[in-house]
Amino acid sequence: MKKSKSLLLMIALVLVIGTVLAGCGGNNNANSGNAAATNAPSDNAGTNTGNTGGEKLAADQTLKINLSSEPPTFDPQQAQDSTSNAILKLMYEGLTRQNAETGQAEEGVAESWDISADGLVYTFHLRDSKWSNGDAVTANDFAFAWQRVLDPNAEQAAPYAYQLYYIKGAEDFNTGKITDFSQVGIKVTDEKTLEVTLANPTPYFLGLLSFYTYYPVHSSVKDNAKWATTVDTQITNGPFTLTEWTTGQSLAVTKNPSYYAADDIKAQQINFSIVNSGATELLSYKNGELDRAGGPIGEIPTEQLPIVEKEFPNEFSRKGIASVYYYQFNITEKPFTNAKIRKALAMAIERQPIIDNITLGGQLPAFGFVPTGIQSNEQEFRTAVADSQYFSEDLAAAKTLLDEGLKEEGLDKLSFTVTYNTSEGHQKIAVAIADQWKKALGVEVKLENKEWGVFIEDRHNLNYQVARAGWSADYNDPMTFLDMWVTGGGNNDSGYANPDYDKLIQEAKASADNAVRQEKFVAAEKILMDDMVVIPIYYYTNNSLTKEYLKGVTLDFSGAIDLSRAYLLEH
Amino acid sequence: MIRYVFNRFLHMVVSLFVLISATFFLMKAIPGDPFTAEKKIPEQILQRLYAQYNLDKPVFEQYLLYLKNILKGDLGISMKMLNQEVTNIISQTFSSSLKLGVVAIIVAVIVGVALGMLAALYHRKLIDNVAMVMAVLGIAVPSFVVASLLQYLLAYHWKIFPVMGFKGPMNYFLPVMALTASPIAVIARLTRSSMLEVLHSEYIKTAKAKGLSWFEIVSRHVLRNGILPVITYVGPMTANIITGSVVIEQIFGIGGIGKQFVQAINTRDYPIIMGITIFYGVILMVARFLTDVAYVAVDPRIKLAGRKGD
Repeated sequence: MKKSKSLLLMIALVLVIGTVLAGCGGNNNANSGNAAATNAPSDNAGTNTGNTGGEKLAADQTLKINLSSEPPTFDPQQAQDSTSNAILKLMYEGLTRQNAETGQAEEGVAESWDISADGLVYTFHLRDSKWSNGDAVTANDFAFAWQRVLDPNAEQAAPYAYQLYYIKGAEDFNTGKITDFSQVGIKVTDEKTLEVTLANPTPYFLGLLSFYTYYPVHSSVKDNAKWATTVDTQITNGPFTLTEWTTGQSLAVTKNPSYYAADDIKAQQINFSIVNSGATELLSYKNGELDRAGGPIGEIPTEQLPIVEKEFPNEFSRKGIASVYYYQFNITEKPFTNAKIRKALAMAIERQPIIDNITLGGQLPAFGFVPTGIQSNEQEFRTAVADSQYFSEDLAAAKTLLDEGLKEEGLDKLSFTVTYNTSEGHQKIAVAIADQWKKALGVEVKLENKEWGVFIEDRHNLNYQVARAGWSADYNDPMTFLDMWVTGGGNNDSGYANPDYDKLIQEAKASADNAVRQEKFVAAEKILMDDMVVIPIYYYTNNSLTKEYLKGVTLDFSGAIDLSRAYLLEH
Repeated sequence: MIRYVFNRFLHMVVSLFVLISATFFLMKAIPGDPFTAEKKIPEQILQRLYAQYNLDKPVFEQYLLYLKNILKGDLGISMKMLNQEVTNIISQTFSSSLKLGVVAIIVAVIVGVALGMLAALYHRKLIDNVAMVMAVLGIAVPSFVVASLLQYLLAYHWKIFPVMGFKGPMNYFLPVMALTASPIAVIARLTRSSMLEVLHSEYIKTAKAKGLSWFEIVSRHVLRNGILPVITYVGPMTANIITGSVVIEQIFGIGGIGKQFVQAINTRDYPIIMGITIFYGVILMVARFLTDVAYVAVDPRIKLAGRKGD
């Protein structure tokens, strides 16, 4: 009996070990599979073995990058998020592209352009360039793509159609007021010439043209509503083509030999994993499974930022980006109809301790609404116009101001609710600010968190008192921040209405003179801060880790990433 | 048997109908819609998007439309993942969850039963104690802790397995371990206690008296009876595992259906929410049905016909 008992023990052990071994058996397959995958791109490696300035390029130019969310679409006219932006920037190129160093628009598919004296008519001359299937890229492809965006009867409405409203007649066509597309200021003079007429002089229009909504699409997409959902049907004109895509798992782009500047593109392939976990991303990066981690398309856990900053000083990088984090008031309801009360709250927040202890990303304390990185009148707006002139942190003055405000409203104490969307980061900031207000001003603050969809809905419907918010740049001009607060503006969810402010914005829009625009912007921002419709908290930064052998990755003013010119050094 | 299957099928149809209706109206009751964004879409464009997806119609009409499409087997098109069919998204993401799940279930059952058997046979000995301490740990420690720990030790520290991804067999190890820690523990405990009970029963003594070998007794009598409670557990566990663990999929970067479901809820992607809910419902019901059938196979005393009340 003893013997058979040990026999049974043996069987049990064999079963357990067998399961483990069965898995190990597959191990070899994994390695050979990976080897096959990495061999493929190195077939073309012959083109990159040249030295550039003493740097030796790696033979295998396959980049590994993580995306924390899957791009919802590969259709440039339907995209509206930063992940799609990063991928589409690899696949397409507009009339202009952004220079990585200067942030200025430079020649893209258009090799030159003429601008009329009144700043309204742009004539673009296209270079000889090709789609990935060999067809020539023509002015018609742009007109076709832009008509897709604006067509009110399109099968799929383009949510970002308003990005094209700068073009004369575009808004009227999109909203159905005019039905004849030839009345829109988009004219194909010949295959290589495109004439665009604007509604207002728009000094940043050349920059806008590098934005994805303005990318061309191949005419073959016309009869195929699902063209952007499969890999094979996507014909692109940019440095890369999409070659692999597994929903929710991974995607890959491969160098497009038909791209006109293919010689500038050193990466052969970029493999993207789709993992929505900062901790996993960081660990993979440390483990060498990723060449880069962090924003804007990936994520490093906030609490890890100070640690990795010390641990990898040569790999860590931080860059200010054109986004602002703020609290906004519903100024249609008492007590926040009173500007003194609003201003007192703004002055009683101590921003630096919040940054040092909570956000941890080296953000910049904000006292204005236009963030760092935004250009205007040939220099950075925030450098030319210091935000410290608007207001400063001053607890004693805040208390006095609050008492005055409360007296005007006939109140003896202040209590209200701060609403934020569910997220640990927003919660910590809200707790800290509520505490600062309580200590400095003795006000009673209730905190309320709401799930994202509910939160946005309530904010749009003015169903809040004080709410957290953030705004990022659509284009490189103060207008992208300031025009949202005009009376009845689509994104003005504070109820703010000030005719003086509206007038300044209108005047800036109508002017082609940079000095005049600058003057209007400064005046407008001053009104906004005097009225304290929003309490600026900080200007965002982007934090990332890049392996020392990965070069050529750039972030623009808004924090959008450009991987097209990236390459690997031997390591 | 046929009558049982038929009853069961009717039952499933009614349950599904209730599930669909409840989910549909609850989902619509949540504020926000797929086109809610921090940067508001201009009203006119928004109205066109609503019209395109029938969101401009009264909710009840939308509901009838949806039911009609379901009867045609059409789960619709995602509102966030542009122009992608819900059935495609489900089949793509489910295939990842299924691959991982099947491996996990096999590992959980084999290891769990083996550990439980060892513990029972060596009752109150070292093996038993070690196995039961492991079982308590497996139940008590949440899977995301196990997952992070495995990632840190086996992937980062010792560099045996990759941290994330789902391309080759090496990618299976960590998620399977994290996914099975708790089921193994439960199965081991269930097996142990029911085997102990059986080991002390009269018919085992009879079998011994008959002169059957110990091996034969355990494999033919003890295991067969001792495994019943495990089957009860394995049914729901199977449904649970193959429908995808959100946490495990997030941590190990597996493009599974659990991750997709949560994302769909966050973005109010109505067709995907409905599609996956229905899919989950069907899986759970099928799993329960199979469990019942498995009972009969293992224990002839149980008759399906006798379960009319079910």
